[in-house]
Amino acid sequence: MYLEFGKISPPSDDKRWRIVEAAMRRHGNNRRALIETLHSLQEAFGYLDEEALQFIARSLRVPMSQVYGVSTFYHFFTLKPQGRHTCVVCTGTACYIKGAPHILTALEQNYHVKPGETTADGELSLLTARCLGSCGLAPAAVFDGTVAGKLTPAESLDRIRRCMDHAA
Amino acid sequence: MLLDELKETAAAEQEAQQQYQHRLQVCVAAGCVSCQSDALLASLQAEVKQRGLQQTCQVKGVGCMGLCSAGPLVSVEPAGWLYRGVQPEDAPALVQSLADGPMTRLICPTNQPFFQRQLKVVLENSGRIDPEHLEDYLAVGGYEALFTALTEMTPANVIEQVSRSGLRGRGGAGYPTGLKWTTVAKATAGNKFVICNADEGDPGAFMDRSVLESDPHRVLEGMALAGYAVGASQGYIYVRAEYPLAIKRLRTAIRQAERLGVLGNNLCGTRFSFHIDLRLGAGAFVCGEETALIASIEGKRGSPRPRPPYPAESGLWEAPTLINNVETLASVPAILRKGADWYSAIGTAKSKGTKVFALAGRVNNTGLIEIPMGMTLREIVYEIGGGIPEGKRFKAVQTGGPSGGCVPAQYLDMPVDYESLAQLGSIMGSGGMIVMDETSCMVDVAKYFMEFCMTESCGKCVPCRVGTVHMHNMLNRITAGTAGDDELALLEELCDLVKSTSLCGLGQTAPNPVISTLHYFRDEYLSHIHDQACAAGVCRMKT
Repeated sequence: MYLEFGKISPPSDDKRWRIVEAAMRRHGNNRRALIETLHSLQEAFGYLDEEALQFIARSLRVPMSQVYGVSTFYHFFTLKPQGRHTCVVCTGTACYIKGAPHILTALEQNYHVKPGETTADGELSLLTARCLGSCGLAPAAVFDGTVAGKLTPAESLDRIRRCMDHAA
Repeated sequence: MLLDELKETAAAEQEAQQQYQHRLQVCVAAGCVSCQSDALLASLQAEVKQRGLQQTCQVKGVGCMGLCSAGPLVSVEPAGWLYRGVQPEDAPALVQSLADGPMTRLICPTNQPFFQRQLKVVLENSGRIDPEHLEDYLAVGGYEALFTALTEMTPANVIEQVSRSGLRGRGGAGYPTGLKWTTVAKATAGNKFVICNADEGDPGAFMDRSVLESDPHRVLEGMALAGYAVGASQGYIYVRAEYPLAIKRLRTAIRQAERLGVLGNNLCGTRFSFHIDLRLGAGAFVCGEETALIASIEGKRGSPRPRPPYPAESGLWEAPTLINNVETLASVPAILRKGADWYSAIGTAKSKGTKVFALAGRVNNTGLIEIPMGMTLREIVYEIGGGIPEGKRFKAVQTGGPSGGCVPAQYLDMPVDYESLAQLGSIMGSGGMIVMDETSCMVDVAKYFMEFCMTESCGKCVPCRVGTVHMHNMLNRITAGTAGDDELALLEELCDLVKSTSLCGLGQTAPNPVISTLHYFRDEYLSHIHDQACAAGVCRMKT
C-alpha cells in the first residue's frame, strides 16, 4: 500500500466525473461515504467498471478489496453495462402469485436472455427486482423507467417492442 | 418560530383551502403514478385553467388513497366523490361533473367496507394532503406535537406517553417502543443517533413506501420527537434506492422542515438541535436487520454481527442508537397529539393501536389498508378485500414475507395481532398480506421464499449460507417429483437446525415458510412426493 497525497485525478476527463467527485466532497471524502459515492457513480455512468472502482478506492482511501466487496454485495450495483433498453420484471410475492414467472419465461424465450443478461446486440437487458412495491398492480414490470402494472406475457412483449420501435 | 406563528400559518392555509368551492385531489403515490396519474394531474390543471376556474377549483396531487387496484384515483372535495380509473382524456368530463353532478361511469362508492371498516391513524393524512407542500401538513396540525413536546414536556414525559400508549415496533418483531426509547435514553454517551428503518425489503410489502410518499413530514416529526426523547441530535433515514419517488419527497420535506426551523439547530427556539440525513440502501434484504443496517450506513457490506451489545447500547459508530421502523415513528406524532390513552384504547389487550397492511395477491381490492389490531382475517379478506376474484376458493394468507408463514382457511376468524399470528407459526411482520387461492401450490410458495432467502443470505454464518441452499434443493426435488420418502424428515431436521443456529433474524426465520406450510398443507407435500401430483397445477413434474 502506498500513500497518496493531494488530489487524485479521475481516469478520464469525462465531465460526469465531476458529479462523482462532488458526491465525495459533500461527505468530506470520508470512507464512510463509500456507498453514497457508488450510488452517484452508477447514476452518472450507468454501471461500475474496475477503473472507476480503483479511482474511488484511492480517493476515499479504502482498500480496493472493500470497494469491490461492497459493489458486489448489493444487488443495486451492477458491474456490467446495461443494454440500450431495460426491462425489470418484479418477482415480489404478489407478482409471483399473479403470474410473474410466466412473463419472465416469455421474455426469456423470445429474446434468448436470462435475467441479469443483455442480448448479444446490446439492445435489451432483462432484469428482475425483488419487489417494486407496486403490489396492488401485480404483476408489474418497469420498461425503460416506466412502471406498468396488471401485465400479461403478451402485453409485456408488446411493450418491449414498442420501447424499441420508439427509439429507432 | 413560535407555536403561535405555526398556528397562524396553519389557520391561513386552512382558510385558503376553504376559499375553493371544489378541490380535485389526484393520487400521486407510486401506485397511481405507474397508471399515469401525473399526466392526469397535468391535464386536469390545464382543463381548469382553460375554463378559468383557478379561483374556485383547486387541483392538487395527494398521497395514497389506498385502493391501488382502482387507480388512478381522484377525489372531489368537499362533495366527497371518488373517481376510479380516471384517464387523462377524462379530464374535461370530470371538470364538467363539478357542475353537473357525479359521473356514474367512473364513480367509486365510498360506502363500501374497504373504506368504512378502516381506521386511519398513520395514514390519516394520506390522500388528503399534498406531500410536497409543507403548509398542507401544518394545516392538519402537523409539527404541533413537536412544538408542544419541546416547549412543555421533558424527554422523560415524551417517553412516558409512548410507553403508556402501548405502541410496539411495527417492523415486525413487536418490541415495545417505549422500552427501546428508555434504554437509549439511559445510555450516558454524549453522541447518540436515531435511525429510521425504511429499507422495506419484504417482497409484497409497500406500507413504508406509501407513508414516505404520502406524508413524509410525519416521519420527520416522529424522528425529531424520538431524538428529543432519547437525547440524539442526528438522525438517518435508511431508505431503499428502489424508491426514487419516496427519496425525492423526503429530500424536499427535509429542506422545507429546515427552512421552517423544525429541523436543524435550535428547534422551535429551544436548545435542542436535530438533523436528518438520508442514506440510500442498495438492495440487500439483510439490511433490514438492525446491525446489518448500521454496517451499511457506515459504508460497509451489510453483514450482521452478534448481539449483544444491542444497538441501543453500541450501534452506529459505537454510539447508542435508536432504530425504529417508518410506521412506528409515523405513529408517534398522533400519540402525542391525541394522548396515550386515546391510542391504547384502540386494539387488543397486548397489541395496541392500528396496523397498516399491504393487501395484495388473489383478492378483489388490492391496496393499502389500516385497521385496528384485533380485526379478524375474514373481515380483512372478505369485507375490506372484497373476497377472492373469479369465484375461486380461498386457501391461505401469507403474512410476514420470507420470515413469516401461511395462515390457512380454518383460522380465518382469528384476530390479527402479534400473539395470535405467532401462535399460528406466522408473524405480524412489517405488514405484507398476500392472499392465495386454490391456484397456488403451497410447496411452490415455500420454494419461492426459500429461493429468496438463499439469494439474500449475506454469507456470514454457515447455517444460513449452506442450509438455505440445501433446503432449496430439497424443495426443488419435491416440486420436480424426484424426492425420496425420507426427504420430508430431512427437510424438517434442517429447518430446525437453521432456525436454532443462525446468527441473525434472516437465517433464524428463513425456515418459517417451510415449517408453516408443512404444518398446514402436509398433504400437498405428500402428494408431490408419493403421487408426483401438484393439485394446483403449478409444478411441472419430471416423471
